[in-house]
Amino acid sequence: MKTFLRAVLPIALCTFALSLTSRAQDIVVGEFASLTGSEATFGVNSSNGVELAREQIDSAGGLLNGRKIKIVLEDDQSKPGQPSAAVKKLIASDKSIAILGEIASSRSLEAAPICQAAKIPMITPGSTNPKVTTIGDYIFRVCFNDKFQGQADARFALENLKVKKVAILADVKSDYSQGLQRYFKEYFTSHGGVVAEERSYSGGGTDRDFRAQLTSLKSAQPDAIFIPGYYTEVGLIAKQARSLGIKVPLFGGDGWDSPKLAAIGGSALNGCYFTTHFSTQDPNPKVQDFVKNYQAKYKVMPDGMAPLGYDAMMILGDAIKTAGSTDADKIRDALTKVKNFEGVTGSITIDADRNASKSAVVLEVQNGAYKFATRIAP
Amino acid sequence: MKYRHAKKFALLAAIILAAVASYFSSAINSYYLQVLIFIGINVILAVSLNLINGYTGQFSLGHAGFMAIGAYVAAWLSTEHGAGLLKAFGGTNPFAIGALFILVLLGGGLAAAVAGLIVGVPSLRLKGDYLAIVTLGFGEIIRVVIQNTDAVGGPRGYSGIAGYTTLFWTWAIAALTIYLVVSLIDSTYGRGFLTVRDDEIAAEACGINTTRYKVIAFVVGAFFAGVAGGLYAHSTTYINPSGFDFQKSIEIVIMVILGGMGSTAGVAAAAVLLTVLLEYLRFVSGYEWLPELVRRIAQNRMIIYSLVLIALMLLRPQGLFGALPRRRSTRISKPAVDPLA
Repeated sequence: MKTFLRAVLPIALCTFALSLTSRAQDIVVGEFASLTGSEATFGVNSSNGVELAREQIDSAGGLLNGRKIKIVLEDDQSKPGQPSAAVKKLIASDKSIAILGEIASSRSLEAAPICQAAKIPMITPGSTNPKVTTIGDYIFRVCFNDKFQGQADARFALENLKVKKVAILADVKSDYSQGLQRYFKEYFTSHGGVVAEERSYSGGGTDRDFRAQLTSLKSAQPDAIFIPGYYTEVGLIAKQARSLGIKVPLFGGDGWDSPKLAAIGGSALNGCYFTTHFSTQDPNPKVQDFVKNYQAKYKVMPDGMAPLGYDAMMILGDAIKTAGSTDADKIRDALTKVKNFEGVTGSITIDADRNASKSAVVLEVQNGAYKFATRIAP
Repeated sequence: MKYRHAKKFALLAAIILAAVASYFSSAINSYYLQVLIFIGINVILAVSLNLINGYTGQFSLGHAGFMAIGAYVAAWLSTEHGAGLLKAFGGTNPFAIGALFILVLLGGGLAAAVAGLIVGVPSLRLKGDYLAIVTLGFGEIIRVVIQNTDAVGGPRGYSGIAGYTTLFWTWAIAALTIYLVVSLIDSTYGRGFLTVRDDEIAAEACGINTTRYKVIAFVVGAFFAGVAGGLYAHSTTYINPSGFDFQKSIEIVIMVILGGMGSTAGVAAAAVLLTVLLEYLRFVSGYEWLPELVRRIAQNRMIIYSLVLIALMLLRPQGLFGALPRRRSTRISKPAVDPLA
């Protein structure tokens, strides 16, 4: 018992001393992100967005009568097992009043039960898997989920591309791809469309040759091909499709959204479309302001994750303002009432299932650049 | 004889300590509690891998694969059959939960041990690099199989696992693992493991069935990795196949090498040190008395972590405790070894 106290006492004293050194007036917000590891760009960019939002909130006078926000950022190395320790630290040691994080759904799914058990609201900027927010009533998201995105793709095909007959080529290994395929098909076929042919491939660098699947898709003579995959494969698929003489447009979801897509696919992708969260070319002044400020601060163009991080922090700030306190339950209640919040990634309304109901952006690929095509409202 | 008793007393003392610490766990900050539990799990993983890599000299890179099997089987058992078993044990009292937890951990451990047997029998005829590659491949196969098994969530990961793991279970099982591995090494089996490591040809010439000893070490090591996986699954309550990739195996190998191959105390100490270090580095960037530059570097804690690994390997290439004198000399002077010791 004595040794036990001897071990615990210094730790307790240290935390006590640490808690004294941090300014008592600050509102502590915890954030966990993949700053290192395989998905480092996701975490770095989204946390840049969060930091930009914090700066703007603070310079606009802070929250709750001038209190500043202090963000404690923890790295999870893009590794499962890390988020649970990081989030427990953020809640128990740093006394965060809310948690922001992750882009990857698998890591949000690990952190969500901890936040739920501690009754601390958690906002994920970019986890699109529908399961994340079903963990509990303290878990929110500011991005659209895969269900909406699948429907948005179907609506874009029916209303903008004006096609009735579509073929699908999906990644059998990715839950994301399977989800988009299912929700797309549901909406498309129930609104007068026909899915002529469905084929699959193995993503993650396994399959490199898609000619067999593409030949069978071609024989079904579709008006367009829906490819809910990631950019690495999509670029190759587009090249091989054009070489087989498939001229119809290809379209997909936010898995396409990477500068590498055009680098791999080249001119084969001209006239192809994908849905995503945000476009730097969106004429909306809110978006243009964000792009300008982000470039001034970080010297690079923001990608899709940065504005999501920005909106997550802004919505949290708004909720703290509405709640009028840093009480976790009051912030949670305020978050459920967020309605038509004008964010960089569109007008955001939090629905009854704590998902963001918001518009998706459709981009057209033209000679290696992504042009803003249209917006699909929720 | 005295040594044997000392071991048992140490085990008993450790289990009592675990129980006492666990009794106060509600007073411990939940973050520290999580770190303490991770320490216990890593000790089990490192000590069990040391049995294969350190004592028997077989370089295995598949430990994360065995951990994955244990984690998934235990999680599946407690999630799918937990409610029924709890009813059979008489409700949700702590004893029924304890009995259920032991059962699912055993299930996970045994599944991993069977996998260890299946992979060990054919592959342990290989040596050195070849064995490393086979075990590496095996670990990846397990991960891909889990990724494509929809019943346990596939690539989504397995969520909704009950949080049964407590400080008591983790530390008590870690103590038990150390006790059993140390006892095994001191037994005739241990002599077999060490002979296989020191000179396989000479061992064969002496009539030792080297494959048999290698398989035994492999199966026992896999069993404890499976148990550690079960503890891990019931601690984080969410597991994902990508958490058991070869990087995880490498992490455990690092603990073994840093602790000193074939030194249980050293390996356990390395597991504690590395787990604490990785978590402690989270705080360094928050110390306001540190110069700005140091804090900026400390924000990327993996840089410091890697530097510490390099420094330790340069300063103590034999491992943390590797250079301590072996007890073996005292043993040789007393050849009448009790086989049960």
